[in-house]
Amino acid sequence: MDLLIHQVFSGLATGGIYASVALALVMIYQATHLVNFAQGELAMFSTYIAWSLIQAGVPYWAAFVLTASLAFLLGVVIERVIVRPVENAPILSVVIVFIGLLVIFNSLAGWIFSYTIKPFPSPFPEQPLFGNRYVSSHELGSIAITLVVLALLFVFFRFTPLGLAMRAAAQNPVSSRLVGIRVGWMLALGWGLAGAIGAIAGMMVAPTVFLEPNMMSGILLYAFAAALLGGIDSPGGAVLGGFIVGVLENLVGSFLGTELKLTVALVLIVGVLVVRPSGLFGKVHVNRV
Amino acid sequence: MAALLEVKGLQAQYGPTQVLHGMDFAVEQGGITTILGANGAGKTTTLRAVCGMVRTRGEISFAGQRIDGLATESIVRLGVAHVPDGRGTFLHLNVEENLRLGAYTRRDKAEVAADFERVYAYFPRLKERCRQQAGTLSGGEQQMLAVSRALMLRPRLLLLDEPSFGLAPLVVQELFEIFRAINVQEGVSILLVEQNASLALKLAQRAYLLETGRVVVSGSAEEIRGNESVRRSYLGY
Repeated sequence: MDLLIHQVFSGLATGGIYASVALALVMIYQATHLVNFAQGELAMFSTYIAWSLIQAGVPYWAAFVLTASLAFLLGVVIERVIVRPVENAPILSVVIVFIGLLVIFNSLAGWIFSYTIKPFPSPFPEQPLFGNRYVSSHELGSIAITLVVLALLFVFFRFTPLGLAMRAAAQNPVSSRLVGIRVGWMLALGWGLAGAIGAIAGMMVAPTVFLEPNMMSGILLYAFAAALLGGIDSPGGAVLGGFIVGVLENLVGSFLGTELKLTVALVLIVGVLVVRPSGLFGKVHVNRV
Repeated sequence: MAALLEVKGLQAQYGPTQVLHGMDFAVEQGGITTILGANGAGKTTTLRAVCGMVRTRGEISFAGQRIDGLATESIVRLGVAHVPDGRGTFLHLNVEENLRLGAYTRRDKAEVAADFERVYAYFPRLKERCRQQAGTLSGGEQQMLAVSRALMLRPRLLLLDEPSFGLAPLVVQELFEIFRAINVQEGVSILLVEQNASLALKLAQRAYLLETGRVVVSGSAEEIRGNESVRRSYLGY
């Protein structure tokens, strides 16, 4: 029983990471209907930025905020400089650009920071909080941070004019221009948000998996499964999907054997696509015809 | 009266197909101008050209400033509101969010709040449905929403693309009365594109008849209404 509770909690913690990356995928998918395969590598690269800052003596939380902001800028710049020119290209070309970005950032990280595995600090204390036996402070902390990020995004999209404009631009770019929204910038902003969310996920996962250029490749796959499970156009669904995938993966890993962990993600992806392609919370829109 | 919108030698094309072949027309400050013509004459393209949605050649001036070549969102920000063909509703947002988007470029919060009441006074039905997803509104209600969204910009010029399309005659009548009120009470100039010529000519002061991308007849609405041969050959009533 103890083992079960322990595995569920640590599943929730990794699930939080999947949830964040899934959220970043959803962010770009909503605006462009494309899955950004480079999302994980961007997160990894941002985590290296955080590592460098911390190495240079910047306090953890300052480095955290700085990294999230830099990752935001990086996302905006990538959209403006690299994705923009292929805006009207066929989907396959854009996907190739994403894969190119993946390879470039992976190699760039290896080249600049070397492939040696590096430890990455956790901002949370070593001892478990509240004297509990089941869950480490870092696990609890990263769950909390995922939830805070989600809440902030919810407030942003629901209650601010800019959030509304971003939703509008994603749904109907032509009409958005007709009310004066600068649609191109909304896409860039979406990339920026995705970059920042990914960076936070990277910083949360790095203490457990250690920092190295390939640390996000598996995570991206789980995140993709999470996003699909929750509904790839639903931010809330993506987060729930992330937690479900995290717990499921952990339980299968500990009770059926570690070899099956990655299979969980693949079975989920295929299963969702076959049974319910819109995912658990993917909106079924009502339109008049 | 000075012209608010002045267009000279307007040409537009979609790919290799030229749709407009050098049009001249104007909308007076505070006036209503209508462009009439059959399907495929280039009416919708003309409106799209004015707000930079298609590539054009020729001169387009708004309030004395050249706007040809500007981005759509920049033209909108000058005070040109377009109620497009197909209404351009944000189907997955609710009515209130649609209206808030109409006022997206404005920073005068108090006046925006007052304008909500103003458009709800024109269209009480929208107020009843303010929380409803816009995609579930009836065609007439969506047209009301499109007009309201345009008004939320506080435009100086309103471009209306076949507002009567697909609506019941009673709804159309109501809508056109509101256009007149908007024009008279708020001084908004209107460029109206219509297939329903008799209706449009009653509302407008000036009219242009468009045939395959060229203006073939122009004059005051009254003249054109009175000219039987024009009516027979071009307007079909």
